[in-house]
Amino acid sequence: MDLSSINPILLLASLMVAATPILLAAIGELVVERAGVLNLGVEGMMITGAVCGFVVAVNSGSPWLGFVGAAVGGALLSVVFGVLTQFLLSNQVATGLALTLFGLGLSALLGQGYIGIKAPSFPDWDIPLLGDIPIVGPIVFQHDPMVYVGLIIVAGVWAFLKYSRAGLILRAVGENHEAAHALGYHVVRVRMLAIMFGGACAGLGGAYLSLVRVPQWTEGMTAGAGWIALAIVVFASWRPWRLLLGAYLFGGVTVLQLNLQAAGAAIAVEYLSMAPYLATIAVLVIMRAGRAPGSLGQSFHASR
Amino acid sequence: MTEPLLRLSGLTKAYPGVVANKDVSFDIGYGEVHALLGENGAGKSTLVKTIYGLVKPDAGSMTLEGQPFAPQEPRIARASGIAMVFQHFSLFDAMNVAENIALGMENPPPQAEIAARVRQVSDQYGLPLDPDRIVGELSAGERQRVEIIRCLLQDPKLLIMDEPTSVLTPQEVQILFETLRKLSSEGTAILYISHKLEEIRALCENATVLRLGQVVGTCDPRETSARDMAELMVGTKLHVPEKAPRPVGDVILALKGLSAPAPHRFGTPLRDINLEVRKGEVLGIGGVAGNGQDELVAALSGELRTKRAMVRFQDKDIGHLPPNARRKAGLLAAPEERMGHAAAPDMSLTENAILTATTREGLAKKGFLQWGKARTFAEGVIKAFDVRTPGPQNAARSLSGGNLQKFVIGREIMQRPDVLVVNQPTWGVDASAAAAIRQALLDLAANGSAVIVISQDLDELMEISDRFAALNEGRLSSPRAATGLTVEEIGLMLGGAHDMEVAHVDA
Repeated sequence: MDLSSINPILLLASLMVAATPILLAAIGELVVERAGVLNLGVEGMMITGAVCGFVVAVNSGSPWLGFVGAAVGGALLSVVFGVLTQFLLSNQVATGLALTLFGLGLSALLGQGYIGIKAPSFPDWDIPLLGDIPIVGPIVFQHDPMVYVGLIIVAGVWAFLKYSRAGLILRAVGENHEAAHALGYHVVRVRMLAIMFGGACAGLGGAYLSLVRVPQWTEGMTAGAGWIALAIVVFASWRPWRLLLGAYLFGGVTVLQLNLQAAGAAIAVEYLSMAPYLATIAVLVIMRAGRAPGSLGQSFHASR
Repeated sequence: MTEPLLRLSGLTKAYPGVVANKDVSFDIGYGEVHALLGENGAGKSTLVKTIYGLVKPDAGSMTLEGQPFAPQEPRIARASGIAMVFQHFSLFDAMNVAENIALGMENPPPQAEIAARVRQVSDQYGLPLDPDRIVGELSAGERQRVEIIRCLLQDPKLLIMDEPTSVLTPQEVQILFETLRKLSSEGTAILYISHKLEEIRALCENATVLRLGQVVGTCDPRETSARDMAELMVGTKLHVPEKAPRPVGDVILALKGLSAPAPHRFGTPLRDINLEVRKGEVLGIGGVAGNGQDELVAALSGELRTKRAMVRFQDKDIGHLPPNARRKAGLLAAPEERMGHAAAPDMSLTENAILTATTREGLAKKGFLQWGKARTFAEGVIKAFDVRTPGPQNAARSLSGGNLQKFVIGREIMQRPDVLVVNQPTWGVDASAAAAIRQALLDLAANGSAVIVISQDLDELMEISDRFAALNEGRLSSPRAATGLTVEEIGLMLGGAHDMEVAHVDA
């Protein structure tokens, strides 16, 4: 094994890229869960976003339009979940699982004519001045724009939940929907908006895979990223900055194992591929999860 | 002033299968303290929710200060000067006091300003409260202060209070009443909902009595006896349980230095509880909610296991035994929460009977259920305790609170326990069912069993218990004979006024 072939700067730089899809999906799910809804369909919304983004980007030639299409696609799929769980009061766990299966099938159908095509490229931003800083520059400031969009969304969600009145109401709805209703807040409306935001973010995360990371369309290409995003939300105790940490940890271990494989580590490839998942589970077990939102996963009906 | 503050005219609201309010009319004047009386299900909640904009009436109208008033949602009612202190469901455990208050206000100022105003108002009305504390860590009395201050910050014209004293000690009740009288003298009208008649007699100037959704009478509570008001509420003569003198036998259950950590984050640890219970006696344990009642019941029933020697029953150490082993030995319990703890809501009454009675009644043989026997047992409970239901095949959820409670208590009594532990046996139960349950507990003791009644209703405890002890922050006071205890003494046993003080601004 030749560890010297691993370049730490490149390793750290690719960590941010590897973490971005999970980060985007997880921050959306965080908002959904803070509103008291458990949407297990993240994987399905991600892959739907991946295919929608890819189709729009190929046909329009613009990766930016692709990401918009992915967000719309993910949000539309999440509306299905929202209508079923919020208006028809179906079970959130079962509906979320069904959404994942549905999304996987739907994306395979939509993507039939697009296998083997290359997506329009999305050039890295070389941020002037900041990108020229030695070491820090290549690690932090020489990525494609979506990496920064992801960070901006995380910061935005944090500020929204902490400082805005709307964020306070969203947390209240997730904490105790009976009380929020008694005070006159529209539980279902708040939750529908949160679910759509979650769907849009998951769509962006999926499109990041198909447009930047891979970049082409293959069936089932999310390969469990949505489930990891769900786990990271719990790991982060429903707090945005810890979520960023969790996503980077997972991204870091993913990149490290790829590098170790390339360096010819004397461990079976299968073990290395398991590593990110095992690391995530281990951290989840060791770190005491914080308190979940009080009404998480419960159906609400204004019957009283 | 000839025009009242709020006039209700002919309010009617029907839900499928039940008329919650039928042609309800009355007036509330400026600064008046008006009581709304009625049993559970009499339509009090629906009526106040109509005033607060949560329920739209099918017919009838309201006027506020002479103007038509038909709030579409609570924020409109709040903007018009209506504030409400809820009985349950309106605080958010994981948030701090200031955030909780901001959620109940229209156009709240920034957090720092709310904190300053909370300090100012809490000082003015003698309701100390730290705006930065997390609500989940507050005592029940402190939580209620949060609700009251949330209302006061909006300078309401009408303050609606739904069962406000169920979580307070007598001293805290006195201080709350001082606050309310002060508000009333400043011109704020108060609509006070309660079924504690002595409190209403002490506080209110006018009372409207509801029964089955209709106004059945009005009275001046200061000049009407509690018994007359109770009979107006129930519509029939009330049966008062009889406490016959009983011989008291040997010690059957002893707690020795019972301590246990809090089972969850918002729970209470039990601290060095010592107690002896004798055959044939009713021991009443009072205390404000959240002072260790649930934990004590769990430690007695076996849900919360402790060191062996901490619980001694019939000269055997049983602190480590799980619930079914304790049932077999003769120690039975009925917890507070009917739906989901004492009974599984979606299972039939027969199935619910099986859940606790299998061991003692032999309802299972070699792992197979004896459905016939179980059904007979459930029917026996229904018959003996006058549970109003079509039959044991009905789901527990379909029973009213009082009927389900009669079933739950009856199920344990029919198993002939040596010691029965009940928590809040008549919580949310109408007066006639409550009287029946109390009588059943007294009869059980008369047959030589020991009964431990944990309750927040002090009148109930005084009515049925031989000895009385108080739980305060997980500690149990030493029991005293119930006859002759004064309200003040009980209040001090319950922990006094905590840190509340009397309103000290004479504006």
